[in-house]
Amino acid sequence: MMPDTRVGTTFGHEFIGVVDQVGPSVQNLKAGDRVMVPFNVYCGSCYYCARGLYSNCHNVNPNATAVGGIYGYSHTCGGYDGGQAEYVRVPFADVGPSIIPDWMDDEDALLLTDALATGYFGAQLGDIVEGDTVVVFGAGPIGLYAAKSAWLMGAGRVIVVDQLDYRLEKARTFAHAETVNFNEHNDIVVHMKKTTDFLGADVAIDAVGAEADGNLTQHITSAKLKLQGGSPVALNWAIDSVRKGGTISVMGAYGPIFSAVKFGDAMNKGLTLRMNQCPVKRQWPRLFEHIQNGYLKPNDIVTHRIPLEHIAEGYHMFSAKLDDCIKPIIVAEAS
Amino acid sequence: MPYTAEAPTRRESNEELRARIPGWGADLDPADRPAVPRERFAPEVTGAHWDFPERQEERVPRERSIEHRFLTPVFGTSAPLHGVSGAIRRFAYEKFGEGRAAHWLLLIAGDRVDAVGSHLRSVLTLRPDNPVTETGVVSELRRGGIRSRVGRGRADVKHGWIDPLLIAGFWVFTGIVAVAVVRSIGKR
Ligand SMILES: NC(=O)c1ccc[n+]([C@@H]2O[C@H](COP(=O)([O-])OP(=O)(O)OC[C@H]3O[C@@H](n4cnc5c(N)ncnc54)[C@H](O)[C@@H]3O)[C@@H](O)[C@H]2O)c1
Ligand SMILES: [Zn+2]
Repeated sequence: MMPDTRVGTTFGHEFIGVVDQVGPSVQNLKAGDRVMVPFNVYCGSCYYCARGLYSNCHNVNPNATAVGGIYGYSHTCGGYDGGQAEYVRVPFADVGPSIIPDWMDDEDALLLTDALATGYFGAQLGDIVEGDTVVVFGAGPIGLYAAKSAWLMGAGRVIVVDQLDYRLEKARTFAHAETVNFNEHNDIVVHMKKTTDFLGADVAIDAVGAEADGNLTQHITSAKLKLQGGSPVALNWAIDSVRKGGTISVMGAYGPIFSAVKFGDAMNKGLTLRMNQCPVKRQWPRLFEHIQNGYLKPNDIVTHRIPLEHIAEGYHMFSAKLDDCIKPIIVAEAS
Repeated sequence: MPYTAEAPTRRESNEELRARIPGWGADLDPADRPAVPRERFAPEVTGAHWDFPERQEERVPRERSIEHRFLTPVFGTSAPLHGVSGAIRRFAYEKFGEGRAAHWLLLIAGDRVDAVGSHLRSVLTLRPDNPVTETGVVSELRRGGIRSRVGRGRADVKHGWIDPLLIAGFWVFTGIVAVAVVRSIGKR
């Protein structure tokens, strides 16, 4: 949950579009160019950007030093308007956006601006080595892409955990993964141990984040009552399911206030915890290759295309997980 | 299997995985992974043609974290501080660093005040908020609210009843107040 979310701010941090106007210092783009815009607002020149940490830029978010700039994602992330609109302001146009290559599908380009890049990044933070067993919590867009990417890094087994059967089905078909429905197990951690020779998985990826379900107290105190920065149910399951010396990659997002994370278990097990908002553009060249080679088909997970006028319904459908929704896309001009 | 030094036996060989999964192992070598190593000094690849960005004009006093030395050169302008929520938020920014719980709790309080204030303002306009269309709840009918939940063993269904209370709470409360006001006027 992100504090300082103001009435009147436009949401949307995953978007593509056509350049309408450029500012005086822009050199590489012109009106009419079709561009894909990473969800990070970043300057390209600060200490962090110079080192590739685009999601941690120090020059774009006056409201907080603990997070970079993100389009349409509260004032805690800089107070930028987002892309769920007909027009959006894109600072540093020579740094963030790229022209969409001719061969690329618009929907694939859109998914590259956040979900795909993030899932791929999440698998990388797992430091997967050949033959590793990787468990991914969450079968939403991020989890599905992370599971699929884990194979690219050479995983030997990929197990996806969720409670929605239609999403687990997608994890089997799209991401070639084994699946576990956590509602079918009294104690998901014990089940994970049983299925991994009682050692635990080598790598666990949290692709759930702040709204995690599966523990009523944790869910209600965080997702409903906002007493925690996020419900750490999935993160705690990850910590407990992974083997000693294993690695946790946290892609799930959490707010800046405290969450009841089982830190002692992580410490005593000698785990490596890795996490960040994804530095999107850094992932692009390699992902473009994977798409061109046919290893990845991002828009296979898109379930709904919703006109901008019906966005409120789209929000409710996605958040309540209605109509077997996995990834809805908002279309600004219904064509 | 007893607890020995042995690693668990692989279920599928590399060849089997390569045959089953397009692209298996394409990024096996960490050198092919774009996020490895985490930090890679390469300012020349970002496209920035400045050492420090040109400063954006500060048209209204912009709040900032006291953990920053100065107002960052670029910032969002979507919803400048205003009214009571603005005062609470400004106080949170000026008084407390990001490490302090008070900073965030005040910002959350500011959010609630902002939301209630906007609801109230909307009630006083000719085009008040429409809780039916604007919460998207009609998708319960159009997108199979019942079919999507019943008999599917979803854990979130157990606490789904809380959402309408949290969202509709304002309207119910305003309704009760409105009825009470009308009644008391009627009694006079
Ligand atoms: N780090 C980043 O850069 C970045 C970028 C994009 C998204 N995110 C975050 O990634 C997370 C996932 O995003 P998404 O779009 O896939 O969301 P989503 O809501 O579609 O997916 C989350 C899934 O987790 C499942 N789930 C709930 N509780 C669970 C539990 N305890 N164990 C296992 N599964 C559980 C849900 O049923 C759902 O299918 C969010 O927190 C999002 O904010 C982070
Ligand atoms: Zn920067």
